[in-house]
Amino acid sequence: MKNFLEHTGIEPGRLHFSWISSAESTKFVDVVKKITHEVKMLDPANKRYVKTEPKVD
Amino acid sequence: MSKPNPRLIKMKEYTEKIREIAKRLLNDGIVDMVIGFRKGTLPMMNQPHIATCTDSADELMWDSNCGLNLANYVTDRKEKIGIVAKGCDSRNLVTHVIENKIKRDQLYIIGIPCSGMIDHHKITAMFDTDITSVKESGESITISGNDFSKKLIKQDVLCENCAACTHRNPVEYDELVADLVEEQTDVDPYESVTEIESMDAEEKWNYFEDLISPCIRCYACRNACPLCYCPTCFVDESTPQWVGKSQDPIDVRTFHLLRAFHCAGRCTDCGACERVCPMGIKIREFTKKLNKDCLELYGWEAGLSLDERPPLDTFKTDDPDEFIK
Repeated sequence: MKNFLEHTGIEPGRLHFSWISSAESTKFVDVVKKITHEVKMLDPANKRYVKTEPKVD
Repeated sequence: MSKPNPRLIKMKEYTEKIREIAKRLLNDGIVDMVIGFRKGTLPMMNQPHIATCTDSADELMWDSNCGLNLANYVTDRKEKIGIVAKGCDSRNLVTHVIENKIKRDQLYIIGIPCSGMIDHHKITAMFDTDITSVKESGESITISGNDFSKKLIKQDVLCENCAACTHRNPVEYDELVADLVEEQTDVDPYESVTEIESMDAEEKWNYFEDLISPCIRCYACRNACPLCYCPTCFVDESTPQWVGKSQDPIDVRTFHLLRAFHCAGRCTDCGACERVCPMGIKIREFTKKLNKDCLELYGWEAGLSLDERPPLDTFKTDDPDEFIK
């Protein structure tokens, strides 16, 4: 899935997968920190992923 | 004995043999129906045909316009079915059996060693005016309209998936209409995928943006696909509504990405989706990437064996997991 989305143009670094048990709070914090850091490094994606409002004449 | 050259296949002999087998099966009560093709009302547009008596079995025919995938018509049927199947159809029949959509002993597969189908999008684009007849003999195809007639070489106008096909012979069959043909070995089905892989993220995004921009969300690709047999498709579901129904590029992309994912590890690259697309979109660019991944990660090509489970419904401890941290 990661391969495929990146193949269609999602930048590497925007999509993250992780397996975290409910007992692994520290791992959760680490992963979230890493993800927010890596995503902030990329440009905002608003233009791409937000739908444009339909035009009403 | 050497295998026959796929380019010299005689379509007339195929047609006669299909009719002969169909009539025998129906007369002997071995099957309740034979699913095949009959001549369409427009050139290059053969229709699926379900023959239930020997008279209608005479309408069955074969030529290079039988590109639709007939596995689409056996889903959840309870009757005994004779079905005409080229390489890709047979792989989809295998997929159907694996996914419990039909039982193998309900099927009598009439195997067609295939020489590839011709691309009607490509041929239509070559001419400015309407094509009124398309005739083929051996390697050549004669296209004619009201005031023109032109001879083409079949090899030059093959569908892209047929030109790069490595499974022309049916993998599963009860009877063949002709000797098996030689398989192509010097082709790369994933050439265009490799090309896209070498682009950067921006270029990839724009490539797919351009690719799907003509999409009118008619869902013909879904309807023609033998894998798309869900009683309610995710695009038609309204509670919850998974994907927006608008023409917004994000909705269109969501549809194509999800449709492709649903075919992951199941797609046989039969090309039915592209064939039926009224806008001529190269939809296979999505599924081909997933096919390539399945081959590289799991050594899997869909529909080749009745005894193996597909990679996405099995778990192995050595499954690749680089994507997850």
